[in-house]
Amino acid sequence: MEAAAHHRREHLDPLPARRPRRVRDSVAVPIGARPVTHLPPDPESREWLATLRSSDARTHAEAVGRLHELLLRAARFEVRRRSGAAHHVGREQLDDVAHQSAHDALVAVLAKLDDFRGESRFTTWAYKFALLEAGVKMRRRAWNDREVTLEPAGWPGFADPGSSPHHDAQMSELLAAVGEAIAGDLTSHQREVLVAVTLDDVPIDVLAERLQTTRGALYKTLHDARRRLRSCLAARGLDPDLHDRGTSP
Amino acid sequence: MSHPDHDDLQRLRRVLGPAGPELTCEQCFELLDRHVELTLAGADADAAVPGMRAHLEGCPACKEDHESLLALVSDDAGRDDLA
Repeated sequence: MEAAAHHRREHLDPLPARRPRRVRDSVAVPIGARPVTHLPPDPESREWLATLRSSDARTHAEAVGRLHELLLRAARFEVRRRSGAAHHVGREQLDDVAHQSAHDALVAVLAKLDDFRGESRFTTWAYKFALLEAGVKMRRRAWNDREVTLEPAGWPGFADPGSSPHHDAQMSELLAAVGEAIAGDLTSHQREVLVAVTLDDVPIDVLAERLQTTRGALYKTLHDARRRLRSCLAARGLDPDLHDRGTSP
Repeated sequence: MSHPDHDDLQRLRRVLGPAGPELTCEQCFELLDRHVELTLAGADADAAVPGMRAHLEGCPACKEDHESLLALVSDDAGRDDLA
């Protein structure tokens, strides 16, 4: 239960129940770009809200029980999807992950009930809490025995782009410039996060746990590093998206 | 086997991330259910939720969460159709 409580703190802290609009965050779409629609919840969603808020103890308890079943189904769904990456984890442990995730999601959903604005069905809104909890736990299980090595100054993959006969001149120049910007223009923390997440494929939730921070905070660091790199490329007259135009994503 | 240029292009995309404005992870989580339901309804979810697509391209974890919610709700819809 201690681990579950830790997960709750770490992952739901970035999503506080009463936090005002988040469009002022530094990584954000322009204020006003987000359409605000407050649709009245559909009848099934209204029923969920009414029973979960009921002052009748029996009605409330039955609703909480149904919600837990719903969240457990979602958590098991996610655990099954991610079990391939955690093949060393036994079936019993996987079910334990699903139960922990459903429990943590139940606590989160009940705490954030007033945040539900009816922009989707209640069940869809509730599912995402269970999927988040289970997804984070499964990524961490998969990396339980793996070391995360943070590269102090390196970008090993693109260290010598000119050595490949396949590079065209533009790509070689771009790769060299990116390598130089990573080495010289990022802070050491930005460089570590960028290399770990984008080149070494360390899941951001795993890195967040090892660095004792949150997914949101790390992504902010990653976003700032990317903006910095793009700015450095632009200052050198290089277009990093040149090769994307006319190619499929 | 993929062409080295293609591999480098993929890595370049991962390193540099999306070009345009994007949501934060917190905003993405907040709007995930709305985007998924609009997608399943055949609406232009990306236009309705600006910055979501760019964030999903830049954040592998949020992209996985989005894919899972889409799959789960689709699974539910399939059950409803069979009922």
